[in-house]
Amino acid sequence: MGRKLLLEHINVPGINTFDVYRSKGGYASVEKALKTMSPEAIVEEVKKSGLRGRGGAGFPTGMKWSFLAKPEGVARYLVCNGDESEPGTFKDRYLMTYIPHLLIEGMIVASFALGANTSYIYLRGEMMPQVRILERAIAEAKAKGFLGKNILGTGYDLELYVQPGGGAYICGEETALLESLEGKRGNPRIKPPFPAIAGLYGCPTVVNNVESIAAVVPIINEGGDEYAKIGIGRSTGTKLISAGGNLKKPGVYEIELGVPVEEFIYSDEYCGGIANGKRLKAVVAGGSSVPILPANLILKTINNEARLMSYESLSDGGFVSGTMLGSGGFIAYDEDACIVRNTWNFARFYHHESCGQCSPCREGTGWMEKVLHRLEYGHGKMSDMDLLVDVSKKIEGNTICPLGDAAAWPVASAIRHFRDEFEWHVTNASEATSRNYGLAHYADPLKVVETA
Amino acid sequence: MLRVDEAQEPVEFSPALISKFDEIVSRYPQGKQKSGLLPILHLVQAEFGWVSAPAMDKVAEYLSILPIEVYEVATFYTMYFLRPQGKYVLEVCRTSGCCLVGAEKIMDHIEETLGVKEGEVTPDGLFSWRGVECLAACGYGPVLQIGPEYTFYENLTNESVDKLISDLKAKAKN
Repeated sequence: MGRKLLLEHINVPGINTFDVYRSKGGYASVEKALKTMSPEAIVEEVKKSGLRGRGGAGFPTGMKWSFLAKPEGVARYLVCNGDESEPGTFKDRYLMTYIPHLLIEGMIVASFALGANTSYIYLRGEMMPQVRILERAIAEAKAKGFLGKNILGTGYDLELYVQPGGGAYICGEETALLESLEGKRGNPRIKPPFPAIAGLYGCPTVVNNVESIAAVVPIINEGGDEYAKIGIGRSTGTKLISAGGNLKKPGVYEIELGVPVEEFIYSDEYCGGIANGKRLKAVVAGGSSVPILPANLILKTINNEARLMSYESLSDGGFVSGTMLGSGGFIAYDEDACIVRNTWNFARFYHHESCGQCSPCREGTGWMEKVLHRLEYGHGKMSDMDLLVDVSKKIEGNTICPLGDAAAWPVASAIRHFRDEFEWHVTNASEATSRNYGLAHYADPLKVVETA
Repeated sequence: MLRVDEAQEPVEFSPALISKFDEIVSRYPQGKQKSGLLPILHLVQAEFGWVSAPAMDKVAEYLSILPIEVYEVATFYTMYFLRPQGKYVLEVCRTSGCCLVGAEKIMDHIEETLGVKEGEVTPDGLFSWRGVECLAACGYGPVLQIGPEYTFYENLTNESVDKLISDLKAKAKN
């Protein structure tokens, strides 16, 4: 059994209430941080821990904190990014629903470290139940003296608010989130300036994912060095993985980074294997925006080593053979899953969610969706696959924010690894159109695909 | 898109609603009251079932911003209804994780059961339905949500959807 740092008490009845959470050692990190540590010492502990942003980008959290500008007389803000909308990812919803005080505890410590006196938890608007859960938990923490004026008699003041969005995936991008929090359309800002210099209301701001902020609690309690001992290489600590798709036991799992992918999929401790006795065909390992990998490459690298659940192992070889840990949104596809239909589904998602600010993304995502739609419904041409790759290349790297890349990679990787399945849709158009809900009648789903 | 040809009655915000607006605006620094726009539009939709142009004008007046600043936000985000909907809007996740476990079949079943296409309202005014993009519950699919509380229903089957619809019909009668 791997160590559990975030979900250790998740099954304790009433852990969503202040009193039960406190009885299990909750809010100890607030006492330790506010009473015995300086803000700089907290940032140093987070740096030592090696914690990398859990929202998807994997940028070192301590380093991000140390970039924060500290001009005199100007407010600083901490904003929690709870705009969880990446297909495949549902870990933050789980954490906030069942153990909301863990996030609030992390917010207090992080806000103190950053010198913020007002902090916001931005949640996607669809998570109204979680808005209510967090607001209730904030009221409890405030009543017990952990929020508000003069927290625990230390002289530190903090107000914490929950802000619902309006339903837009793009608001998971940190500058779009800040625009949305300012009451505007979620159009990403051109960087620089980065939020650390000019963020919310033009003030220095740190934006962190829900899980990153929750991870600050065990880092302060046990020390950054202890946290860094867990994991492998530069992938330290534990990570929440949300596993969905054709798995026997889908759900949210906390793993120590470095667990072999094969163990994660097939062991009873985690997903228990593929549902209905089917074979594994492919995996999206870190949310829809990361490249899809066929079964052979998700279980082993091109060098025939076991692939591990870590930032480095999943991305070895860049996009030729690898993928990314991303947000930890793990989708498994069984042998019946239709890659063409799935790729069309992803393309439709990104077209729908593009904010429309950059032409390559606005036009390119729609173009890819149309071409994939005709392939899926039996009107495709053999030249479509090259066209899709061409369009994806023209989007990638040519947009203000990473949504363009996120739209391009699933399409390009699906064609790279499953080109023969796309071709099958062209040559067997009548059979393709008669298919029922994405169940492929494709002859050889597990055929090993050569990679460069 | 915003339709200006809808017959749109003037709206009045009750003192209770205004006091909720006031509480929201108190969360932001002075002069940054526009930050309250998204939460306030949610409250307006919960009260009236949708966000009409006169309601948006009133919100602009309350926040001391231009009406266009409200329109551009309401038309950007997918959660705001710019025309009347059924009393209950069934929003089914139609993204990959849910489709792998049958979301498309569930949408077909809802269409057949309610007898209206996506985006239409049933003749009794009770229901409309639509597919929405990823609801961040891929491990529990297929899922749907119903506003204004955004109650969440997981692991849907045709039978559980039938029961949900009949429960909502009974609730509407009482």
